[in-house]
Amino acid sequence: MSKRIDVSELNVYYSDFLAVEDVSITLDAKSVTAFIGPSGCGKSTFLRTLNRMHEVIPGARVEGRVLLDGDNLYADGVDPVTVRSQIGMVFQRPNPFPTMSIRDNVLAGVKLNNRRISRADADELVEKSLQSANLWNEVKDRLQKPGSGLSGGQQQRLCIARAIAVSPDVILMDEPCSALDPISTLAIEDLINELKDEYTVVIVTHNMQQAARVSDKTAFFNIAGTGKPGRLIEFAETATIFNNPGQKSTEDYVSGRFG
Amino acid sequence: MFSGAALGAGVLIVVVLFAVAMFLVIQALPTFSAAPADITGGKGFTSYIFPIVIGTLIAAAIALVIATPIGIAVALFISHYAPRGMARGLGYVVDLLAAIPSVIYGAWGATFLASQLKAPYQWLAENMGWIPIFGGPASGTGKTILTAGIVLAVMVLPIIASLAREIFLQAPMLHQEAALALGATRWEMIRMAVLPFARGGIISAVMLGLGRALGETMAVALVLSSGPLIASLIRSGNQTIAAEIALNFPEAFGLRLNELIAAGLVLFLITLLVNMVARWIISRHKEFSGAN
Repeated sequence: MSKRIDVSELNVYYSDFLAVEDVSITLDAKSVTAFIGPSGCGKSTFLRTLNRMHEVIPGARVEGRVLLDGDNLYADGVDPVTVRSQIGMVFQRPNPFPTMSIRDNVLAGVKLNNRRISRADADELVEKSLQSANLWNEVKDRLQKPGSGLSGGQQQRLCIARAIAVSPDVILMDEPCSALDPISTLAIEDLINELKDEYTVVIVTHNMQQAARVSDKTAFFNIAGTGKPGRLIEFAETATIFNNPGQKSTEDYVSGRFG
Repeated sequence: MFSGAALGAGVLIVVVLFAVAMFLVIQALPTFSAAPADITGGKGFTSYIFPIVIGTLIAAAIALVIATPIGIAVALFISHYAPRGMARGLGYVVDLLAAIPSVIYGAWGATFLASQLKAPYQWLAENMGWIPIFGGPASGTGKTILTAGIVLAVMVLPIIASLAREIFLQAPMLHQEAALALGATRWEMIRMAVLPFARGGIISAVMLGLGRALGETMAVALVLSSGPLIASLIRSGNQTIAAEIALNFPEAFGLRLNELIAAGLVLFLITLLVNMVARWIISRHKEFSGAN
């Protein structure tokens, strides 16, 4: 399953501080959208509002609408727990549960809410998820070993396997390669290309080559200065953003003149 | 310079511990060679010490059974549920509980709590008396081993709660966010990312609480109306090692003194054993502890 996200007029606040202002954007189903921009421009903050993970931070709140195939994630009575099971997330630093085996890590989300799963189904799901994350061949002989024993790149792919095991509609990635070496980064980028056949993928990245390599569309975020809110400056096909941007600041950023 | 001071401090601790252990052993020795008839009770040291060892363990067990779940729940509430201002206030209150001297707890238990518990004990004896631990007739004063255990529970609760709170606050945000992003509720997140991380710390906290419960003297001495070992928790009777030593030490001389020190040695060994078991439990799960 894969769903489209429509964001309209979204403001994000940390208590009284306006962190991201007036973002309207449509993220297509079965595509990869990259968010780029200088540090502190609000792209990660905005990403977190797409599955309500910003609510973990005390005082963070939003105004506006986020529609997942037409259903408002912020409507009254919508449980953030449900939202997050539909919209998965991969973090900057690989974070497999250290107390769980590789197998249990993959099944962690599936076993939530007291859902029961038969052993055969679980085995099948573990294999399928790890296959999809291009990790199966490396770990199939040590599924009972702790996930923290894997390399950084393997841990990150384990986290992706864990996210897709719950069959989400959308996968959000918050700088998933920034803690990884170039070879592991390549493995993750290949994986992102495969994931878009089935999922809507949104990736925040500091690496412009990465955005150019993996994404179909790119959104450029920027801030006018410290203390000012982040804004969506330009959103277009990735090729357009990098070769023929409509805004001066986008051009300055992608050509490396600042940020 | 610094390494010398550190080494000195390390050596000093070992020397002090060794000196205390040697003192206990040497002073206790006459007890083991004495004729059984000369020992209090007249049947040798084993039959003298056995009932009070059991009494000590019962009182400590009651304390832990009550204080562990409440302590963990209080700690979790402070670390993960309460709004920030309330959490801070509650934290102070818990720390304040730990600062109350044990003689105050003893006085409170003996004068207030015991009389409050008379009626419940009566009820237990009448309705659940068929269970040996609630066998009647219930104590008329309420000064029973169960009351002592409850007072001990109140005393170890702040230790468990404040240590567990510290551990819970250290649980990595990284893994808590991972759980939430998978669609975990707050309680599921705590079970996935906080409690497994904190297991070693919880065991240490409980063991420290146990250490206090085993060694606590004043509160038990004031609360418990002691007597021979009995199964019922709601009749007067039973005794703990620490209270036995405290109550009899001022008038003891000669062999009786050696006897009490031997009892102290036994308490020392029990505490040592408890700590070793705790270490073993913690080390058993090292591979999955998150330390690697």
